[in-house]
Amino acid sequence: MNVRTFRIGGVHPEENKLTHDVETKLAALPKQAIFPLSQHIGAPAKPVVVKGDKVKVGTLIAEPGGFVSAPIFSSVSGTVFKVDTAIDATGYRKPAIIINVEGDEWEESIDRSDKLELVKDHPELTPEKIVSRIKSAGVVGMGGACFPTFIKLTPPPTAKAECVIINAVECEPYITADFRLMMEHADEILVGLELLMKGAKVTKGYIGIETNKMPAIELLTRKCAEVFGTSEYQVEVVPLKQRYPQGGEKQLVDAVINRQVPAPPAIPVNVGAIVQNVGTAFAVYEAVMKNKPLFERYTTVTGKKLANPGNFQVRMGTPMKDLIDACGGMPEGDNKLLAGGPMMGKALTSVEVPICKGTNSVTIISDDEAFRKEPQPCIRCAKCVSACPMGLEPYLLAKLAAIQNWERAEKEEVVSCIECGSCQFTCPAHRPLLDNIRQAKSTVMGIIRSRTAKK
Amino acid sequence: MGKLIVSLSPHAHGTDTVEKNMYGVIIALIPALLVSFWFFGIGSAIVCATSVAACVFFEWAINKFMMKNERTTVCDGSAILTGLLLGFNLPSNLPVWIIIIGALFAIGVAKMTFGGLGNNLFNPALVGRCALLVAFPAQMTTWPKVGQGWDYLDAETGATPLSIMKDAIKHGDASLLDKLPSSFELFLGSHPDGAGAMGEICALALLLGLAYMLWKKIITWHIPVSIIGTVFVLAALMHLAHPAYADPFAVIFSGGLMLGAIFMATDYVTSPMTAKGQLIYGVAIGVLTIVIRNWGAYPEGMSFAILIMNAFTPLINTYVKPKRFGEVAK
Repeated sequence: MNVRTFRIGGVHPEENKLTHDVETKLAALPKQAIFPLSQHIGAPAKPVVVKGDKVKVGTLIAEPGGFVSAPIFSSVSGTVFKVDTAIDATGYRKPAIIINVEGDEWEESIDRSDKLELVKDHPELTPEKIVSRIKSAGVVGMGGACFPTFIKLTPPPTAKAECVIINAVECEPYITADFRLMMEHADEILVGLELLMKGAKVTKGYIGIETNKMPAIELLTRKCAEVFGTSEYQVEVVPLKQRYPQGGEKQLVDAVINRQVPAPPAIPVNVGAIVQNVGTAFAVYEAVMKNKPLFERYTTVTGKKLANPGNFQVRMGTPMKDLIDACGGMPEGDNKLLAGGPMMGKALTSVEVPICKGTNSVTIISDDEAFRKEPQPCIRCAKCVSACPMGLEPYLLAKLAAIQNWERAEKEEVVSCIECGSCQFTCPAHRPLLDNIRQAKSTVMGIIRSRTAKK
Repeated sequence: MGKLIVSLSPHAHGTDTVEKNMYGVIIALIPALLVSFWFFGIGSAIVCATSVAACVFFEWAINKFMMKNERTTVCDGSAILTGLLLGFNLPSNLPVWIIIIGALFAIGVAKMTFGGLGNNLFNPALVGRCALLVAFPAQMTTWPKVGQGWDYLDAETGATPLSIMKDAIKHGDASLLDKLPSSFELFLGSHPDGAGAMGEICALALLLGLAYMLWKKIITWHIPVSIIGTVFVLAALMHLAHPAYADPFAVIFSGGLMLGAIFMATDYVTSPMTAKGQLIYGVAIGVLTIVIRNWGAYPEGMSFAILIMNAFTPLINTYVKPKRFGEVAK
């Protein structure tokens, strides 16, 4: 087996894939569902319902608030309780629609059957039609970044797409939602990939999977040969060596097609690649073939101290507390509740934060692991420099941030930082490198923006 | 339910610590330490123990009484390491009071005046050694022969391989090199007439330490390989040009080259941060070592070469950058 990986840096965190073999369960409906209006990159969505409105499963409740934005659909049937604010993953109260759940009545337009729809049976699906259905169904990147999918499929005229890369790396520790999805819905994912390729007008596709998911590699390799063997599409399953942050878009492109995306503002399509998460491929299948907007997703609920960690197919808007209770409840003592995995996940301030489009995992870190160790002086061991997957010098950037030398930080390319945390993970002195670098990055980006605005 | 802890990502940390790295280097020094006990007897034990104890004491005392740090860096192992490395660079018949002065220079002057762990420009152990070499040239250049038992201050001394080499170069007479132990004996340090600093005598023991540090990923290969490789190539060229220059194997296995290349030049704090920078640094140390050894006033140039390049480390860090992601894109 030819195993590939990215060229610069990287670390290998402890895997802790506790739920690897746990079959996905259907999560119970919540009593009340919360839909933050900002659960994607770009402008927040604008509500189209008011207090007292009746909604069904799949009813549009908020429309896009700009070009880079996405609509939001109700995942439950019931009555709009209020259009107000709720604590979301950022820790702040943000505008949200809150719906009281009554029954489970779906919009009739949604095809709820299990029948597998194939692209070849639907000649009416032109690339433009596929992209517009993806757009109107509110599909965004489901790996966590939540960038609207339709924009990625329509690259700027300066770039030409050559291939679609499916991101099935799942390099974050603990999370297994993508793996379970591949094992349970491989056929749908491949149809989703075909739709993405057709929508982007390319014929080459790759599926990048790390070698700790051998069953998925074997299954998808076999299915790809069956499905695409005789078609005009060439699809290749690419086994990848286990290394974090391989699921980072730029790292994945480097690993799979051996091309490196230049520094920002360049994006993967500048080197010909359109990267989509495997969960997104599934959502695209459901949106285009089943007319089902994005209101449901696969999420792992996990933690070493959790009694019954598991994988769930869950309606968005469900408070995390419901899922945690379904897994045996919050462990005793002090915990850190994360939306996402331990490397890039956000620590939450409330268990009432709902599952959103990008919530691939609810991870609970308990006891000592929840706390940081006290930092020691930097011993200049250079391990952060060799760990950085972007070829930056974290020790230097952190220091420049501390002395607020933004000019030099810009020269040292702080804006290229992808905030993967490899530097801080590896630092033997437990220094808060990324905290400082983030500050430098956002300050420098602000300076760059105001400079271009002046011109 | 207890508290919800909030902080920025990452929420996981590798198992690496400062202590693991420092004690890892100390473990890597154990083979050489045992060999020095075997060859230099009680003197070696006294020198090492004094040096370590003095270094740790000065680190603690300066931290507590002068810098008034609440949390001292005594336990992280860096002072023990400096003490061991200083001891390794000294002759095993050095009086205790001189060693204590060396330790004061190493920790007090070279390390703590710059702000303590992580802030020093020069390698503390080498500063200590060079200060002693300037202040006590006689005591610091008489080296006990191997095979000492209970003799300490009155140990029998002899000529080091490097001074034999220097003599041969000075007189342009290759026959003087006949007194040199064979390269294999130099590799093991086992020649009965061999003499030198206690830690540098056995290349084999030091290479074992290197293997351990590479295996534990404490250091990378760049610095040791570039230094030893540069010295080997230059020595081979000179040996070809004139036989009065010793053969390259004798050159790399004698003097402080192995000790310097493996343990001194690789000091985290005073060496460059990027692989490319480390190669430049290593090659420069190799060149300077050969220049000082062959044409300088002292027979050994390793410590000076490293200290000179320590001074260039900030410059290297400023101008030599790692390959950024996307730079290689086509």
